[in-house]
Amino acid sequence: MKIAVTTSGDHLDAPVDPRFGRAPQFLIFDTETEVIGIKKNTQNLNAAQGAGIQSAMNVCEESVDCVITGNCGPKAYATLSAANVSVYIGVDCTVGEAIEKLKRGELEVSQEANVEGHWA
Amino acid sequence: MKIAIASGKGGTGKTTLSCAMAFAIDGPVRLLDCDVEEPNSHFFVHPAIESAEEVYSLVPEVDPEKCTNCGACGRVCRFSAIVPLVKKTLVFSELCHSCGGCARICPSGAITEVRKRIGTIETGRRDHVEFISGQLDVGQAMSPPVIRAVLNRASEDGLTIVDSPPGTACPFVTAVKGCDAVILVTEPTPFGRHDLGLAVETVRELGVPFGVVVNRSTAEENLISEYCRKENIPLLLQIPEDRRVAQAYSRGRLLTDVMPELRDALRSLPQQLEELA
Repeated sequence: MKIAVTTSGDHLDAPVDPRFGRAPQFLIFDTETEVIGIKKNTQNLNAAQGAGIQSAMNVCEESVDCVITGNCGPKAYATLSAANVSVYIGVDCTVGEAIEKLKRGELEVSQEANVEGHWA
Repeated sequence: MKIAIASGKGGTGKTTLSCAMAFAIDGPVRLLDCDVEEPNSHFFVHPAIESAEEVYSLVPEVDPEKCTNCGACGRVCRFSAIVPLVKKTLVFSELCHSCGGCARICPSGAITEVRKRIGTIETGRRDHVEFISGQLDVGQAMSPPVIRAVLNRASEDGLTIVDSPPGTACPFVTAVKGCDAVILVTEPTPFGRHDLGLAVETVRELGVPFGVVVNRSTAEENLISEYCRKENIPLLLQIPEDRRVAQAYSRGRLLTDVMPELRDALRSLPQQLEELA
């Protein structure tokens, strides 16, 4: 399983970044190989709108199975679910702890976005 | 001649000036309310509304039977309004700028452009003033298509006054660039001066001739008159600060109802602008 976690760090002790659309990067963790990868998410830092969608498309390029983050808006959520990516929202700990929680089945898949779009 | 009444800062008197000017002028005039996010000229014009129509914009619709998920549409869209995923293409119509690029580039003809209602236009009149007002629907984020639809109803050869949206972003640019001249209305405060500077930069970039009107002026010499002199911008008129104007405004009355002495100056504005053009 490939997991993408929003963060500004590049190791498992870095905190989960609460933003999805404007997250600086994703830490990609492969549970089978335990290999850590970094996917930059800088393409939309200057986008006035549509950041969540671009962020979702960006992470989908890595063929991840799920995303762990703090908050996720409606368009990002719609894009991720259409791509069959599970979203875990409201996670507030380090990247490593989040991955462990997920492995132990302690995280619950979100059924909807938890924040409003900025363009409602 | 089409004259845009605009400002950087909101609440400086665009509508006050637009309406007073329309009624001060002799002969037919068309007043367009292009502040479609919060149109309010009708409070002062009190028009008899003769007709109303809907405004639409075109947004893509994807036929999943024909879509091959090639991704060409997503690459051409600058606004992430169409999102090709591995098995499905999503459309976020609220982000679409109606350029039509996705429909043109789609190699399998899976995308058609469909109409989406985004607002309304009302047309009416009172006395010699023909009145046209646009209103963006609640929940819509994209006002320029409604502004353009209102501007399309400007008089061909007569005088048109365009009550414009505030700011200096797309709505302001859309209203102003379709006009022959611009009046920037501001107030003699640091905030009014600052936002006037932004509006001046934008209008200069657009290349439309313009002049300034100071509203709520307390002295002939103020920070706006000083700025205009320095920047070599014609100062067309100063409207004095007077509580009676605010009272008239709150009752839906015109500026000239309490300051009839301004009529001649208002009537002369189109001529002054024509000389700038």
